[in-house]
Amino acid sequence: MPIKTTPRNRWRNAVNDVMLSLTAVCAFLTVSALFTILGYLLYNGGKSVDLNFFTKLPLAPGQDGGGMANAIVGSATIVILASVIGLPIGFFAGIYLAEFSPKKFGFLIRYTADLLNGVPSIIIGIFAWTVVVRPFHQFSALAGSLALSLMLIPITARGTEQFLLEVPRTMREGALALGAPMWVTIMTVIVPAARKGIMTSMILGVARISGETAPLLFTALGNQFWADGLMQPTASLPAMIFTHATAPYDDWHRQAWAAGLVLLGLVFVANITARMIVSRGASLPK
Amino acid sequence: MSTSAAAVAKPKLASKRLVGGDQVAQVFTCFFAVLILAVTAFLVYELWISSSPSKERFGFGFLTSRLWNPVTDQYGALPYIYGTVLTSFLALVIAVPLGVGAAIYLSELALPKWSNALTFLVELLAAVPSVIFGLLAIFTLVPIMRDYVQPGLQKVFGNESFLFGGPTFGVGYLTAGLILAVMTFPFIISVSREALMAVPREQREAALALGATQWESTWQIVLPYAKLGILGSVFLGLARALGETMAVTMVIGNDPGIHASLLSPGYTIASVIANEFSEAGGKYYPSALVELGLVLFALTMIINGVAQLLIVLTTKKGSAKA
Repeated sequence: MPIKTTPRNRWRNAVNDVMLSLTAVCAFLTVSALFTILGYLLYNGGKSVDLNFFTKLPLAPGQDGGGMANAIVGSATIVILASVIGLPIGFFAGIYLAEFSPKKFGFLIRYTADLLNGVPSIIIGIFAWTVVVRPFHQFSALAGSLALSLMLIPITARGTEQFLLEVPRTMREGALALGAPMWVTIMTVIVPAARKGIMTSMILGVARISGETAPLLFTALGNQFWADGLMQPTASLPAMIFTHATAPYDDWHRQAWAAGLVLLGLVFVANITARMIVSRGASLPK
Repeated sequence: MSTSAAAVAKPKLASKRLVGGDQVAQVFTCFFAVLILAVTAFLVYELWISSSPSKERFGFGFLTSRLWNPVTDQYGALPYIYGTVLTSFLALVIAVPLGVGAAIYLSELALPKWSNALTFLVELLAAVPSVIFGLLAIFTLVPIMRDYVQPGLQKVFGNESFLFGGPTFGVGYLTAGLILAVMTFPFIISVSREALMAVPREQREAALALGATQWESTWQIVLPYAKLGILGSVFLGLARALGETMAVTMVIGNDPGIHASLLSPGYTIASVIANEFSEAGGKYYPSALVELGLVLFALTMIINGVAQLLIVLTTKKGSAKA
């Protein structure tokens, strides 16, 4: 049935069309930000990424052809150590939250985990500085890992909990009815059923911490050379991007672009893999 | 009393049903959960203790003083608090209309397939590390701001005007606000979209059946219904913006003053910590920086708490749909 075209209806339809188009423009603008970032990084970073970048140490400004091999290895060391500390803690805390916690205590822990997740990363860095760097009088990879693991714990815990709770109740009841104790049920039925989701949230968490810079600035600090053990200042890709981009040398800027491209590539590959593991478009924890 | 009698007496208590291995498992996992509590408490304790020299010496004057001089050991937080609040406010002014608009498009207009694809891209944008935003901002946004946007604003508003006066450097409050806006709107979009999608279908159908246009139904019915969730997303974005460090540090201009002009360089709490902490020596310098961290911590915790509360409230209300 055609709507009567009084002036008022024409006005209302015009408002409708204009406002709805504007929302589409908003969506377009926000998504185009992503492609702008990708485009610039590919253009500027693509020119600078070469074999040297992955195999050589950084050179002093003015010299051509250095790389960031130490930062790549340093980042890997720091992130792996952080995962070794953070993932198990988060995983078991998540099991407790989903399967064992009494209501009020569970709420308290959940709320604390969300608070910890919301703490600005620079403050996590201050904390790691006070407990590791200050007592040992030494910037170290260990301090950086500790800071990053603190960011990883709440993400893993809440992710694990969410996906464990999505396991159908009937599966638990089936296992329990067969006489399995709760812990056997958790280990052999519930966790395997939720493993895709748990792995997804773990990968997303590790991807997130591997791009973090602020907590590393005064914990792992940075290093122009190879770090000699975990208790030494250690270079990392994100911190290297920061120092190279803010320095006034053109060759350093090129290195920063290359490092940015490599870092973003790694983060995106991790994110896309994680989302492919959860094949159905399940909503992910933020 | 035998075990079975106890089980019969209190069949509802989960803890009483646990035996043997289950008790071990419970205690074991509980240890890790309590660890989260302990670490968070320890973090607050350390911030409090490490900032005590500065707290004792400057008292509440720390929050209102504009002086920041490591040579004479005089520290005041006001320029940093001002910069942090101003840049975050600018970010919200830009990000809220854009983010809510995009969320409306994704939840109300776009086909589900498109909506999911676009949401995936928005979530990828949220995963971009902060230092990469900073890298792009330094080399692309700052020159554009310096050469085109800032002179343009001065042409329109006059270069003596209150908000857009002064020389144009490219770096400063406005540039930081812009980059923060790009970093916050993914959060605003994805949380607002969920709040909008939780509005029952009947609400929309009833409005449309009464003859409302789709925009009227969205603006007058759906948005008010989801307003708590959207407000929650805004607070969540605000908390992110307040604590954001790297991108802001790279474009804020590092000027510890208070300026009315949005084009002027400034400083934020997070960026002064990032720039000065590793070189701070003596008794009061690091402690003043930790106290700045404590102020930032308190700010973000309050904002985050409000955000969580609002989001919990809406998910409860919208649970009819799921």
